[in-house]
Amino acid sequence: MKHIISLLVENKQGVLARISGLFSGRGYNLESITAGVTTDPTVSRITLACTGDDAVVEQITKQLHRLIDVIKVTELTDVPALHRELMLIKVSARGRQRGEIFQVADVFKAQVMDVGHDTMSVELTGSPEKIEDFSSLMQPYGIVEIARSGVVSMERSKKAGGAAAAVRADSRRE
Amino acid sequence: MKRSGAQLLVEALKTEKVEIIFGFPGGVVIPVFDALYGERELRLVLVRHEQGAVHAADGYARSTGRVGVCLVTSGPGATNTVTGLATANFDSVPLVVLTGQVSRNMIGNDAFQEADIVGISRSVTKHNYLVTDRKDLGRILKEAFYIARSGRPGPVLVDIPKDILIEASADPLPDTISIRGYNPVYKGHPLQIKKAAHALAKAKKPLFYVGGGLNISGAAEVFRKVVQTVNVPTIASLMGISVLPSEHPRFLGMLGMHGTYAANTAVQNCDLLFAIGTRFDDRATGDLAKFAPHATVVHIDIDPSSISRNVAVEIPIVGDARTVLEELLPLLQPPSQDEWLRDTDGWKRDHPLVELEGKGRLSPTAVIRAIAAAFPDAIVTTEVGQNQMWTALYYTFREPRSFLTSGGLGTMGYGFPAAIGAQLGNPGRRVIDIAGDGSIQMNIQELATAVTERLPVIVAILNNGYLGMVRQWQQLFYSRRYSGVCLERTFDCPPDCAEPTGNCPPYVPDFVQLARAYGAEGIRVTRPSEIDAALGEALRATNRPLFLDFQIEREANVWPIVPAGAGINEMMHPEDREDRGLA
Repeated sequence: MKHIISLLVENKQGVLARISGLFSGRGYNLESITAGVTTDPTVSRITLACTGDDAVVEQITKQLHRLIDVIKVTELTDVPALHRELMLIKVSARGRQRGEIFQVADVFKAQVMDVGHDTMSVELTGSPEKIEDFSSLMQPYGIVEIARSGVVSMERSKKAGGAAAAVRADSRRE
Repeated sequence: MKRSGAQLLVEALKTEKVEIIFGFPGGVVIPVFDALYGERELRLVLVRHEQGAVHAADGYARSTGRVGVCLVTSGPGATNTVTGLATANFDSVPLVVLTGQVSRNMIGNDAFQEADIVGISRSVTKHNYLVTDRKDLGRILKEAFYIARSGRPGPVLVDIPKDILIEASADPLPDTISIRGYNPVYKGHPLQIKKAAHALAKAKKPLFYVGGGLNISGAAEVFRKVVQTVNVPTIASLMGISVLPSEHPRFLGMLGMHGTYAANTAVQNCDLLFAIGTRFDDRATGDLAKFAPHATVVHIDIDPSSISRNVAVEIPIVGDARTVLEELLPLLQPPSQDEWLRDTDGWKRDHPLVELEGKGRLSPTAVIRAIAAAFPDAIVTTEVGQNQMWTALYYTFREPRSFLTSGGLGTMGYGFPAAIGAQLGNPGRRVIDIAGDGSIQMNIQELATAVTERLPVIVAILNNGYLGMVRQWQQLFYSRRYSGVCLERTFDCPPDCAEPTGNCPPYVPDFVQLARAYGAEGIRVTRPSEIDAALGEALRATNRPLFLDFQIEREANVWPIVPAGAGINEMMHPEDREDRGLA
């Protein structure tokens, strides 16, 4: 099963290597890892997508906790959270196919960034599932290249009204 | 006042009350050695190999409970520490290992003696640092000592570029520490402690399972009180040996692959397994699916990642072993376990350890019994293999922290330098390395260190001319195909030799001559009647090391043995093998 783990870590050199080294050294499955600085310049947020059964993921979070440079570990799998990923996808497209792809992109709120003689490139932001759905719809045209950012995540706002509002705002974007 | 980085480093060591540095110099750390020149407060012990430095610091740390300190150069000096770091990391030993690095402007240029030791050592240290700014040096050194000794202890490596060692600055050492990602938990959760006490009071067949965590946290004293209060039978992991005296009436011995009959049988029959400061290592548990099938498991450990990793735990308690046991002690009520005590006493009485035969040479178990009789309060280190298991089983330990052995990593070559470190940290006690003739050669160069430091370390070599533990496996599980294990073998021996013939080539090296070449003493012991006289010499040797070359039975085995992958109650005993003439 896929799990998303959000980390707050010291913004120091070598921290990303410690975390990726933990996964390779202990044989855990890491699907994607993203990192970026937070509002506090000494703190970075790292979002990990990994797979494993519950016992493995429990070990992963415990092992992450053991790292001195890791400040906070939050498992976002079973809590209301926003998950977003960015994909750039280049698809073979000629003639009428262009129009079809424009239409699908429109439904997905994706943006066509670039149209060439034989291919076109689309940018899409959304949940990992949405990204998967879109790329599977593009499959028949012939996918030339894909670049995915890996997932970034954030826990939803806690207050009752706020949470509901967040859900609505989010569903519009989906 | 402006000080160089090297001077600040020396001041930091003094502030941490470091007594001894185990070191070996090299180009980039000359500034630190220069700052140590003429120093009288800090004793610089010059080892002969950096691996020896780390094991010596490790032996010092395990036997004293203080942080061990090493100082080595960049490149090969640093990479030579890796085995020592991994050994200490596995067994939770507090070390600070200081490595020199090439100057910052050279890093990444493949400079002479450059190695990315922070990258290399990341997975074998508790934490490590590359100092990139002179103003961070004081803080990093303070953090390194704090991280090494607190929580679940471990080795911390600090890599310091040469130009930072030279750069002068007026920055003082910090007084306080704040590491927001690191807050070890010492106190146990009160509700969980109550639950554990309740489970123990209700149990019919309770069993304590103690690990190295009790030695590390100084919990042996309170644990002995706990046993006095509830009278519950106790087993130990390899690292938990010496927490209870070996001859304590409630002690059933070590569990695991070479565990005693009583310990392994008790695990498989208990209804409450009360584990403290142990990792449920695979050598201890055997096949997990068959481990402790009837038991509710309580587990106290300072490292949450050790809990429920291998064995599902019903009552977990995260905390320091000593602190939690002190909290638990007043809540304890003795369980009614008369039948259980009869059972465990019976297993112990009816299935004692086998005393091995010498068959014309010496019995290894008789040698260890004699050492225990002559040196009952020694600090004992071991190498790894048969020597380690025989010592764990047959030496009678009394004091906690008196058994130093590489448990997790299983590092041959650990025991001798560790004995040197232990002797330096405990000048009033006798220190004995019970070694094999294979492992002693892995760090034998430290004989020069022991001689020059005038240390009366005793090295009891159980010499069977084999890498004995591998030979035992080849005998039992690989049809006696003795491949790559005979240390008497020469180039003209038959490639398919399956047994010692008695006409084997002479052994190299001659340990007695070798000891003398270093200025130490050596005695060869070939007959049982000579054992006590040799140990008498050892008692009298107080200012130089002594090698005792005990010529033991070449094919003696460690019994019992649980084959790999079996449950720990599926033990093989020598009688199972009598038909094939093995014992």
